[in-house]
Amino acid sequence: MEFAPKIETVGLNLHYGGFLALQDVNIKVPAQNITAIIGPSGCGKSTLLRCFNRMNDLIEHTEVDGRIVIDGRNILDPNTDLIFLRRKIGMVFQRPNVFDLSIYNNLRFGLRIHRMLDGKDEVMDAIRQGLEHVGLWQDLKDKLRKNARTLTLEQQQRLCIARVIILKPDIILLDEPCSALDPVSTLKIEDLLRVLKQEYTIIIVTHNMQQAARVSDYTGFMYLGQLIEFGQTQQIFTKPKEKLTENYISGHFG
Amino acid sequence: MVRESFCKYIKDLEKDVVDMSRMVIAAINRSIEALKTHNADEAERIIEDDMLINKKRWDLEEKCINLIATQQPVASDLREIIAVLNIATELERIGDYAEGIGKIVVMQGTEPLIKSLVDILQMAALGISMLEKSIDAFLKRDAKAAEMVCADDDKIDLLYDRVYRELLSYMIEDPKTITRATYLIWAAHNLERIADRVTNICERIVFLVTGRMEEIKVSKY
Repeated sequence: MEFAPKIETVGLNLHYGGFLALQDVNIKVPAQNITAIIGPSGCGKSTLLRCFNRMNDLIEHTEVDGRIVIDGRNILDPNTDLIFLRRKIGMVFQRPNVFDLSIYNNLRFGLRIHRMLDGKDEVMDAIRQGLEHVGLWQDLKDKLRKNARTLTLEQQQRLCIARVIILKPDIILLDEPCSALDPVSTLKIEDLLRVLKQEYTIIIVTHNMQQAARVSDYTGFMYLGQLIEFGQTQQIFTKPKEKLTENYISGHFG
Repeated sequence: MVRESFCKYIKDLEKDVVDMSRMVIAAINRSIEALKTHNADEAERIIEDDMLINKKRWDLEEKCINLIATQQPVASDLREIIAVLNIATELERIGDYAEGIGKIVVMQGTEPLIKSLVDILQMAALGISMLEKSIDAFLKRDAKAAEMVCADDDKIDLLYDRVYRELLSYMIEDPKTITRATYLIWAAHNLERIADRVTNICERIVFLVTGRMEEIKVSKY
């Protein structure tokens, strides 16, 4: 594969207690592309995603071996600044999880926590840019004091993405970001991701194979904790190399 | 607009169809010119260049397959991609007929034409006109226009009839002319087949627009 990877895992193993959830995963995620991780329930795709910002650290009895190299640094190194890491690698979850605050304060929250900007004008500018980036500025510019939970689910999810990108990340992780959305909203979020990939490296976990096929440039198929196949999405969905991959994507599975 | 990138892929497919039709029209024009002027060198080039038309077809097919695999097209989008798959095949066969005329030129060598080309030139001009109008109908999603293109197929069949009878009479009068007459019959036959292929393209355009699969006009050949 001819690209410089943004993220590379080497011999990655993860145990939840006695259970081996990830087994010798070696993946190279290309920069400024959308990479989808697909596979049946329990295959380890969300576990792998949470490795990239070390969210698995928050789960008790988790042990991780191997290396996760991002921009040349192994983030499993105990000296890693996790606060900074999770700022640079943002995450969007399945259900939109906006804070029970105004739209303005939802976006300002991260800037305050990370002490990124002080001046009111600077903060406002950053909020405007964030909302413009996700296509919400025109709709919400006069409603920034409104509670974020009054927005539609699609708008809430866009706001969650804006909350991530306002902190100037390099990588955006999305764990089934459209599961709670209707089909049209799903397509709109996918359109947004295509725009965002011009600036960010995006990894999306999805159980929706059709979404993975539509939106991603690269796809990794996982099964029972192993990365079975990884390649360009067009190749995976037209000429998969592994029989297991073929069986899964064509529904001849189980 | 939602799915802007998918819409762009579809527009790119249309552009590819236009590009491929231009390559094929150029091949027909070149082959008829080579036939008129006994230009065997140009004929060899036409034969070689047919590879480019074949490659264009494979590239188009691959794009269609990728779109079907990754974008889950339905309704008119799906019909368009299926229509493009078929149109690419028809254009490639038209290219083969132009190549076939090139091969006839090579076989003919320096032997003079048995008669000057009149009806054959008309057949070529009409065939190209049919192809251009069909591609226009494809771009405009105009089923009616596509159906009307097929009416010209009868004119080409009549011209072919005339060429065939005339050349037959040459052969009957003087058996020494059989070889040279046969070359021109083959050339005329290729042009007649080109028109049939264009009719197939028009049927696909009607399918694309209406969802109906039906024969528009059955050629007598």
